[in-house]
Amino acid sequence: MSATLVAEAPEQTGTLADRLPGGILGTTSDDTEKAYLVAADSIMDTLTYLRDTEGYDFLSNLTCVDYQGYNGKQRKGISERFDVVYHLYSTKKGGGPVVLHVPVPSNDTVPSATAVFPGANLQEREVYDLYGIKFEGHPNLRRILLWDGFNGHPMRKDWKEAYFDEDTKPFRSRHPKGSYEFHEDKLPWGKNTTYPAGWDPDSWEAPVAYVPVSQAPKHLNEAHLDTESIVVNLGPHHPSTHGVFRMLTRIEGETILALEPEMGYLHRNHEKIGERNTYLMNMPFTDRLDYLNSMSNNWGYALAVEKLTGIEVPERAEYIRVIMAEFTRIVNHTWSIGFILNDLGALQTPALYAIEEREMILDLFEEVSGARLMCNYFRFGGVVRDLPAGWLKKAQYLANDRLPRALDELDKMLSENEILMARGRGVGYLPAEALISLSVSGPMIRAAGVAYDIRKAEPYGVYDRFDFDIPTLPNSDIYDRYYIRLLEARQSVRILQQALRDIPGGETNGAPAYASATLSQGFGTIMGGKGGYNLRPPEGEAYGRVEGPKGELGFYISSDGKPNPWRYHVRSPCYINLNALGPMSVGYKLADAVVILGAIDIVLGEVDR
Amino acid sequence: MATASPNFPEIKQEQLQPYLHDSIVVPDELQANVLVTTLDKVYNWSRKSSMWPLLFGLACCAIEMIATAASRYDLARFGMEVMRPSPRQSDLMIVSGTVTKKMVPAIVRIYNQMAEPRYVLAMGACATGGGPFKEGYNVVSGIDKYIPVDVYVPGCPPTPEALIYGLLKVHEKVERQSILTVPWYRKDQSEFVPVPRLGPDIFDPRQVELIKETTMKKPAVASAAASGGDAAATHAAGPKEVSSKAKARMEEAKRRAAAKRA
Ligand code: SF4
Repeated sequence: MSATLVAEAPEQTGTLADRLPGGILGTTSDDTEKAYLVAADSIMDTLTYLRDTEGYDFLSNLTCVDYQGYNGKQRKGISERFDVVYHLYSTKKGGGPVVLHVPVPSNDTVPSATAVFPGANLQEREVYDLYGIKFEGHPNLRRILLWDGFNGHPMRKDWKEAYFDEDTKPFRSRHPKGSYEFHEDKLPWGKNTTYPAGWDPDSWEAPVAYVPVSQAPKHLNEAHLDTESIVVNLGPHHPSTHGVFRMLTRIEGETILALEPEMGYLHRNHEKIGERNTYLMNMPFTDRLDYLNSMSNNWGYALAVEKLTGIEVPERAEYIRVIMAEFTRIVNHTWSIGFILNDLGALQTPALYAIEEREMILDLFEEVSGARLMCNYFRFGGVVRDLPAGWLKKAQYLANDRLPRALDELDKMLSENEILMARGRGVGYLPAEALISLSVSGPMIRAAGVAYDIRKAEPYGVYDRFDFDIPTLPNSDIYDRYYIRLLEARQSVRILQQALRDIPGGETNGAPAYASATLSQGFGTIMGGKGGYNLRPPEGEAYGRVEGPKGELGFYISSDGKPNPWRYHVRSPCYINLNALGPMSVGYKLADAVVILGAIDIVLGEVDR
Repeated sequence: MATASPNFPEIKQEQLQPYLHDSIVVPDELQANVLVTTLDKVYNWSRKSSMWPLLFGLACCAIEMIATAASRYDLARFGMEVMRPSPRQSDLMIVSGTVTKKMVPAIVRIYNQMAEPRYVLAMGACATGGGPFKEGYNVVSGIDKYIPVDVYVPGCPPTPEALIYGLLKVHEKVERQSILTVPWYRKDQSEFVPVPRLGPDIFDPRQVELIKETTMKKPAVASAAASGGDAAATHAAGPKEVSSKAKARMEEAKRRAAAKRA
């Protein structure tokens, strides 16, 4: 599955490591994905070199790992506590990543990558917020998921929550004498909060956040009109922000001079919780990231863990995965089409039509997994159970008959709509190079003419067996972002038709599809019984990524050989695509910003995690 | 013709039976036009039949809320399809998702802005008690820690059917109220919920004294914590013993278990 990647890695390492301008300090483990250790001083040169000379133009993932208390052999001889981790890909060549680890010097400061990759902006802010690593030269380094004034940096290993029991789950301390203890009752105020000793709530003054919209020019360059610009806040409770998202805009008249996204209103601490869970326990949490697309989230996570452990997936399960992921993509794209139109003022009617088919697909999901939304259907090495009898037939009806018709209907109703054209054409433009340097992925860049799709660039699963195209559109505006989703949904239908036709075993095969591979590797009943909880991947790290409906969804997992991941990080496409929101909106009207946001297609569960 | 067509006045009478007053008799010739009922019943009937929810989605549960309002489950059957984005125009707040500390001041403010009578429905495990994310550092263990809740709907997420059931429970609650006793026509009873504030962690203005008791106890530790932002010292602020309330609850549980066994 990841054979191409593993095979290529050795040739690349010998040469690339020597070519890097600043040299490398070493590499991490040979067993799993190899990373180069680079000194903080030379990271900027290295990034520039990789981008300009080697063609690694896409900074996919930037995160941090806290190695305090880490006992594995990987950190032998490294005294630094934190590593900042970079994953770079090439949108032109495709293929695997270059992984860089930068040990953070003792002053907790590393140079900011924003000068080379503007897309590092939000990710560096997140690392600053959760780990307290300062990025020198970052234009706007302030907290992003939490609020200014929050005490400490919660992702550090020594930061404990108010409801802290033990370092790993399942907790024994919750049932010391056989009965459950409510954690609220251990705190006098009965809430999930903790306060530093000596803190006086009476004299507390919240620090004033410096928000860079105030920096923007005070006036447009129109000498004849002397108006004053004002700051307008949208959200977090606002009907057009698709959840609890907030935008601060500086507008003159109705024209946007600066726009700053504010988030964290749904920051649910996936990563902190994930570090204490066992590997399997994280699977249902991934459902709740992008809650429209639980199936493809499952896949990203399963892929990362499979990479780490070397579990192979049986063929039938691979097909089932493709089927589920493509159904999910259709669900997502029709939903987002409906809601782009909603934002354009076509209140509800297109959305109601667009999500009609969704219910049929959800019925299929419910049948295989027991849940409409939170399917929790994938497992390491396959899926949790085989398809029920008669399922394929229903799916085929949808894929061959109903969905193509529904997509045609949407196309006919909407694509030539005058208002959609008038408001969509040319609005929210950003050139392809700018989008890539901002780390934007998914339909957004394909609507700007970049044919980059992980299903083709670095195929996972069995995507290399299907005949499908990557649609692209040239204009990079709202209309193209709308239309690309329709085209992609059509391609999904194409893949579905092939997968449903070719699935090995077909309808009648009742034998569990997943069992063979995982059993032979000694993980016992990983698919159901107790064995799965104790999955212990070997020490090392892996980055698994899938082409989610919203863009590149990646899971970065670092293991120290224990049953709980040492680090669990989600590279969320929605979050990183928001890098482009400000640059895309400037110069357009406030009402357009709402649609521009809608066309990015965010889901707050994934933005804030 | 008159004999063939159904007797509409009669059918209407039948449908309205639960709302009609039983001791006042309407003359026959007026029965098609005049109904006699109690003020409570009319008042509650009209309130429950056009209850407007606040258009307010927090997290995953909101997707199921939208699905409930969409064509398959059709919330319009209950007169609830008009979701209002403005709290001033809405009667029911469906807290549909995880309540985070960063969001809770906004939610309380919105709740305060809703005109009475107002109802709150906690949808899903998160809004009810923190749900899967309960232990998270930015997660509130249920919205009822801050605002009063009328109906809880369990599930993660609750299916649209479950949500509709919960909404009908709100309707039932409305129907049981009496105009004489409802708090919003009384002088003294309507209250604003104080908006929680964001400090080093979120705090409820009502609990300031309680918090001070704990944080100001040992000034020696205070300086150490303040200088380094030391997480270990921070955590020490909360006592680890079990409170008397929890003890009582555990005793109760044990007693019940023993009784069951016996
Ligand atoms: S209860 Fe479940 S579905 Fe609802 S918001 Fe919480 S995690 Fe999401």
